[in-house]
Formats: sequence, structure tokens, C-alpha cells
Amino acid sequence: MNQNLKWKMLFILLIVFACLWGLFARPSFPTSWRQVAGNFHQRIKLGLDLQGGTHLVLQVDVAQAVRYECNRAIDGLTGQIRTKNIKIGDIRRVSDTQILVTNVDLAQTGSFHDIVTNQLPEWNMAPAAGQNNGFMLTMKPAAVAAIQSQTMQQSVDTIRRRVDQLGLTEPTIALTGAQNDQILVELPGEGDPTQAKAVIQAGGQLELRKVIDGPYPSEAEALASHGGILPAGSELLPGSSDGSASGQAASAYYLVTQDPVVTGRDLRSATAGPNANMPGQWQVNFTLSRNAAQRFGPFTERNIGQRLAIVLDHRVQSAPVIQGQIQDSGEITGSFTEQQASDLAVVLRSGALPASIKYIEESTVGPSLGADSIREGVQASIISLVAVMIFLLIYYRLSGVNAVLALILNLVILLAGLAYFGFVLTLPGIAGVILTIGMGVDSNVLVFERIREELRAGKANASAVDLGFERAFLTIIDTHVTTMVSAIFLFMFGTGPVRGFAITLVIGLSANIFTSIYVSRAIFDWHLSRMTRQAELSI
Amino acid sequence: MEFFKSPNINWMGKAKYFAALSGLLLLIGLISWLHQGGLLYGIDFRGGTLVSLRFASTPPTSKLRAALAQQGLGDSTIQRNYDPSDPSSTNDVLIAMKETGGVSRRLDAGRAAILKALTALFPAPSGKQDFNAATPDGLAGFLTHQDPLQLGVSAAPRYQQLAQALLHYRDTDSGGIVKSIGDLGKAPGATPAVVASLEQGFYAGPYVIRDVQIVGPQVGSQLRRQAVLATLYALAGMLIYIAFRFEWVYGAAAVIAVFHDVLITLGFFCLFHYEISLTVIAALLTLVGYSMNDTIVIFDRVRENLRLMRRESFPEIVNRSINQTLSRTILTSSLTFLAVLVLFLLGGSVLRSFAFAMVVGVVVGTYSSFGIAAPIVVLWTRFRGEKTAGGAASGSGGRQPKHARAGERRLAAAGRR
Repeated sequence: MNQNLKWKMLFILLIVFACLWGLFARPSFPTSWRQVAGNFHQRIKLGLDLQGGTHLVLQVDVAQAVRYECNRAIDGLTGQIRTKNIKIGDIRRVSDTQILVTNVDLAQTGSFHDIVTNQLPEWNMAPAAGQNNGFMLTMKPAAVAAIQSQTMQQSVDTIRRRVDQLGLTEPTIALTGAQNDQILVELPGEGDPTQAKAVIQAGGQLELRKVIDGPYPSEAEALASHGGILPAGSELLPGSSDGSASGQAASAYYLVTQDPVVTGRDLRSATAGPNANMPGQWQVNFTLSRNAAQRFGPFTERNIGQRLAIVLDHRVQSAPVIQGQIQDSGEITGSFTEQQASDLAVVLRSGALPASIKYIEESTVGPSLGADSIREGVQASIISLVAVMIFLLIYYRLSGVNAVLALILNLVILLAGLAYFGFVLTLPGIAGVILTIGMGVDSNVLVFERIREELRAGKANASAVDLGFERAFLTIIDTHVTTMVSAIFLFMFGTGPVRGFAITLVIGLSANIFTSIYVSRAIFDWHLSRMTRQAELSI
Repeated sequence: MEFFKSPNINWMGKAKYFAALSGLLLLIGLISWLHQGGLLYGIDFRGGTLVSLRFASTPPTSKLRAALAQQGLGDSTIQRNYDPSDPSSTNDVLIAMKETGGVSRRLDAGRAAILKALTALFPAPSGKQDFNAATPDGLAGFLTHQDPLQLGVSAAPRYQQLAQALLHYRDTDSGGIVKSIGDLGKAPGATPAVVASLEQGFYAGPYVIRDVQIVGPQVGSQLRRQAVLATLYALAGMLIYIAFRFEWVYGAAAVIAVFHDVLITLGFFCLFHYEISLTVIAALLTLVGYSMNDTIVIFDRVRENLRLMRRESFPEIVNRSINQTLSRTILTSSLTFLAVLVLFLLGGSVLRSFAFAMVVGVVVGTYSSFGIAAPIVVLWTRFRGEKTAGGAASGSGGRQPKHARAGERRLAAAGRR
């Protein structure tokens, strides 16, 4: 055996060893067969369709976030206009990204321009057609895109914080969708996603506002007692007079200040605890940051005897009377069960969602279906592997052993590749393994048939093998590239399970190029070096 | 052992028959498609709710239908989901609800309604939980609390293990559902004391939910669009690659052959009423790749033979190329067919339509390489009058050989690139 061949064999053995190590010897070196299997189970990550679990896709209403920004811009602009005493007719929002200001006092147009440039640098201003010295302010596309990506990122972070606190195993939370406006949440092992879904979707916006008046039994009455219009800086919010959980029809309306004295961002902590006053009910106890406490303390001192509205997602959860000065703590009470209080604490600790989200896709695979899928998939793989191996041995005799070895190595590299890169194995992925078996054998067949042809034409063993590999090489590359092109497009356009299929196919075929050309060749060379020149090549 | 030592079949001579066969298959596909009223889309393309249930004994379908109707779900479809290759699926039921639109409707409203109908139909005995819906944590918590094995304070990890073993027994050995709590005695580690304690807190529910899929309306149409785009892009990518490695007419012929394969496969889907889901699209893209492979192997040979065989006519060269690669083609197709046939028969119901697409696709893909792609190239060269020197020329006389040789050299040059 020549030196070159020795190095080749060593290299191949090294690869085999690395693959086996990666699959069976990590994370801890096995001392028993059970540990070997255990390591393997840990290294190969299973998709939801194999281990069971819940898959959710959420749509984030980024338009809403853009609208909020638009409203904020209007508020800021209005404030500045008032301060600088500029006379205008009307300022209103026309669409999510446009503000219309009409009837700007001609003499003050210059100052108006200045205000807009200073206050709203992210907006374009253009004269509004048909309006008497009116201007249309449009948010710059770059700014809109920035808001959208910021909203998405914040949503992902908030949801991740919430899901982490639920103590679920290895959840996956990622951006998805053609315009990256959807969030994918995968919860392995979660058979009933109802609680997780509620926690994820909860708005989580907490505000403490002073109650001006209330409770009123209906909106109409509230308006009536204030002469038909609400006083400036106030807002009418629905709530329930007995603090029952939100989601039920409002039974009372409160007139509260528009500006909150404390918001969810000021929370230092939130925990669930039993309600001492109402046994059987639970509540959420929260503490405020030092900064907020410095505001809250004087506020409560000034307003003893008044009600404080605890507003959750624009509903008044409860409105207790301020008994004395409170520095930095409070409670949210209501008819919460332990689970509800604990979930609310999770939501408050994680922060509010920047925009509302809606579920657009959901699938739950139960554990028994997952187990069945694994069993059937593995069974089919093994049977097809054995069938192909038997055929190869019969048809190609000793060279069939060559093909079988290459095939087995192909599969080992494929599995090791999945483990090393942390790719997920799905049920279509198992189908991809079976396809790799079928299509991978093609490379060997191409070479072997060519070798047979050359032998028939009278060439010597060594040169027949040479020609076989040389002639077949380009064809093998061509066929693998075309299939990988499909797989790559599948990966780009597909979701979850289909992606698993694309990945398995790509890794399998790449490994196949290595095994059918390099490894097969090395085995042939080794075999030839031990044969006499006249002997017949068993193929 | 060798199947085809030296075949010498006149493939191009039979091109007419191939065309007729293809025409017939396409016609059958078209008729099935019309008869079915279009393609049958899976839930991920059409949207809606799909709940897969397994019952412990014969499912009470009529009572189920009535209970669903009471919840306002009268237009949902209930069907038995028995899969012959999986004996534990005798009592499986599929409940499907169309996506009724209404953007304000919660996504899981359908599932919630189905659950309400089921709980109304099968009320739970008070104070007991359904073992068939138990989770590892819930079960472990119960066992630790009851402590039937009298392990004392630090028993939690042991009971975690026991809970896992019990649920493993339920999911893997018992098909996902136990008919009675007493059956749990067969699970490893389930002593009579454990079973007795479980009987106090659990009952064996008559059904278990295997799988729930809910797809909103926009997702379905979005996915359809993406699937079509992916297929078109992949085809375009392959066309470019082949045009680069050979000549553009070869690329066009290969793409037409692949199109033909996809249409016939879809026709078979309509004929056998299989659903088109995302995994089926994956299968279609794979068979596109596979069919291309097959065609490339033949074209490769043609290119090689054009260089070597200067005297023969183009159709003869193509014939020879196909004959030379015949054993490889039959072999690979058979082995791949074998692999996907195993998948179709034994791979379970989830992959059944995927495997069906592959089974049909492998056969048609192999056929289209010599039945469609090669004849198209031959037809084209004859139409253009480009034949190898020495062959009977058609059309103008003297200029022929030079023109033909130029064409042939172009092709050979493409091969050397």
C-alpha cells in the first residue's frame, strides 16, 4: 500500500471517529449501552412533530405601533404649537403615517416650519393640496421601517421573557414571515397551550392613574354628569365595580386622568400572593423603582381619600381608595385564581407588548403521535437501508461491500452533521434520510456501471477503476447540484418540518459526494493494492 | 450479475408511442382534476381547524355529530381515520372545520368549540383527572403528594421517573390511550399500590387528542403563493445551470420534461384523492431534482458520444447514449423506488401523501428523461437541420455539413467548459 493511500485511509478513519464521537460520546463519555443511547437522544434534536409540542405563529400589528408613534407626534406637535402660540385650524391624523395640519396662520408659517423641523425630524412636510395653507406631514419610510423592526424586536424579547418564566423546556422564539412581521413560538412537550397562549398574548400594560370621578354604570351617564364633554386631560375607561377579571363586559366606567402617575416600566418586581382580605382569592404584589417611588410617595400623600385606578390594558382592574401615603408598593386585586395571579405577575415582570398580537397559526402534536411518527419513520429507514444493502451485495458482489460501506458512512456523517450543527430532525427529515439512501446509491451505481463498461472494453482493473471514477465525476456533481438547488429553495420558502427535510437532503447529498467519490475510491485502491494484477475485479 | 449487458433499443424510433402515452396520462390527470373540482388542498393551504382524536373503543360518530351541531359546528366533517398499516388507529377520528373567515374570530375558536362539544358528550367524573390527558408534571405532582410507595420526603425525583415511565407506557406501548386505569399495572414500576392510588385521582378518558392544526386564512394563501414561487424559482435555477453546462435547448427540454412530470403527478393526486400539503410540495421539488438528474445523465452521455461518434446521425447517438446508461438508470430508479415504496407502505399516515408523490414521481421522472426530454432535443435538432457530418441532411445542401459541425463543436465545447 503506497504512502498516499495510507494517509487517505487515516483521514477517512479520522472522520469516522469524529462523527461517532460527536454522536455517542457527548455530552458525557458513556460507560454503558444505556448511556450511549442516552447521549444519542440528547445530541439529535427532535422537531415538534416527533417529540410532541405546540407550534404557534403570531402576527404583530406593527401598523398599530406606527399609529401610536403618529399619535405621539401629534401630541408633541400640538404642545409646541400651543407654547409658541401659533394659530392653526386643525391638526389631525389622516392615516397611520400622515398628519394633516390645516389653516396655518400665514404670518407664522416660518415658525411652524421651524417647529416641525425641530420636533419631528423623521417627518417630511409638504403643502397639502386644496387646503388653505395646510401641510401634510408624512413619516419618512426609513423611520417607519425602524419602528416596525423595533416593534418586532421588542415583541420577541418580551415574549421570550414571558415564556422563559413559564418554565417550559427549550422554547424557540424567532422572527418569521415574508416581511419579518410574524413571530414563531415553539414549545416542545407542551400538550395544552392555553395558558402559554394567554400569557404570550396579554398586553401587559399597567398604569396607575388618579380617578377623577366614578364609578358610573354606563358611558352615557358619565358623559351626562359632566355636561356632555369630558374635561381636558381625562379619559373614560371601562372596568368592573367588583374587580372581576377582565374579559367580561364592563359594568362600570371610571373617569381617570389621561397621564398615568406610574406605569409598568416603573415596576421593580411583581409577585403573586394570597389575598389576605378575601380568602381563596389571589393578588399581585408589586414594588416600584426608586425613581418612581419618589413620584408616587408625594402623589399618594397629596391625594389621600381619592381613588387610585389600577389600569390593566386600558381596563380599570380595581380602584381602591388611597388610605395613606404609599411609597413604593401596591397590590392588584381582583377575583384571581392562583394561576391567574401568577400569570399576571409573569406578564408584568416581562414588560408590556409594544403592539397587539394575533394568533394566525397553531398546531399541537400530542406525545403519542410523535412517538408513532418516530417509530414508523425509523422502521421505514432501516428496512429501506437493509433492502438496498442486500440488493447492492447481490448485484455488485464484493464491490457491493464497497457501496454498502460508503452508504453507511454517508448516513453516519449525515447524523453527525445534524448533531454538530444543532439542526432539528423532523419527520420529513427522516424521509430525507431515506431519499439520501436511494439517491446516494445513484453515485455508486454511476461509477460501478462505468467500471463494468471499461472492464468489458478490455481495460485493466486499475485503469478501469480510474476511468470509472473520472468519467462519472462530472455527472455526479451535476446531479447533486440540481437536487441541492431544489433543497435550497425549499429551505428558503418552507417552514419547520419542510426545512428539516431540506437540511437533511443537503447534508446527506454533500456527504454523499465525499463518500461516493473519495471514500469509495480509497476502498477500491486499497482492494486493488492487495489483488494481483490478473485477478478479476469482483463487480 | 448484470441485467442489461448490451441493450440496443431504438428509443427515438418509439418517440411517437411515448408521446401518446404521455398524452394519455395527462388526459387522465386532467379528467381526474375536473372530476374532483380542482386540487384537494391540505389544511396548511386552505386554512381551518383539524382535530385528530383517538377513541378507546368504537367512536360514537353520530352522537359526536349531534354534539358538534349543538355547538353550532354542524358543517364540520367527521370521518374515520383508519390507516391499514397502523393497527392501533382503528378508532381514530378526524374532525375538520373550514375556515369561516371573520377576522375578529379567535384563531382557536373552532378548537374550543370542539372541546366543549366533547366535554358535553363525555362528562368527567367529579374530582378525577383524565389520565389520557395527563402531563408529566401533573402526574408526578399527584404521585408525590399521595406517595403510594411510601418513599417519604425526598421522593419527588423517583416519582418524576415513575410518571415518565407511566406516560411512556401510555404513549408508546398503548397507542396513546389507556382503556382503564387498571391497565397501567402493566407499566414498569407500577405496583398495585401505585395503581390503587392512581384510581383515586384519575379516570381513563374515552378519547385523547392526538393532533390539532389550526391555520388562519391569510397563512393559507400566503403559503400557496410561496409554494408556487419556490417551485418556479427552483425550475429557473436548474434551467440556468443546465443551459450553462450544456446548451439552452437541452435546458428547455429538461424543464419541459420536469413540467410534464409534475403535471402527471398532480393528476395522480387528483385521481387517488390525496391532499396537497406543504410536505407534498417538498416531494414535488425533490422529484423535480430527481427527474433533472436522470435527464442530465443521458445528456452527459450524448455530449460525450457526440465527440466520439462522428459518423452516426443524431438520433442514433441519442439512442446509443440511452442504451449505454440504461443499466444505471434502471438500477437507480429501482433502488430509489424501493426506498420510497417502503416509506409509502410503512412510513405512517403523516408521510403517506409525500411518499405517494415520490413513488409516482420516480417512475414518471425516469420515463420522461428518455420519453420526453431526449425526443424534444432530437426533434429540435432535426427541425434546425443541424445534423452531424455524414448524416443525411435535410433542407439546403452544401452549407449543411459546416453548419452542422459548428453546432456539434459548440456542444462539445460546452462540455469542455
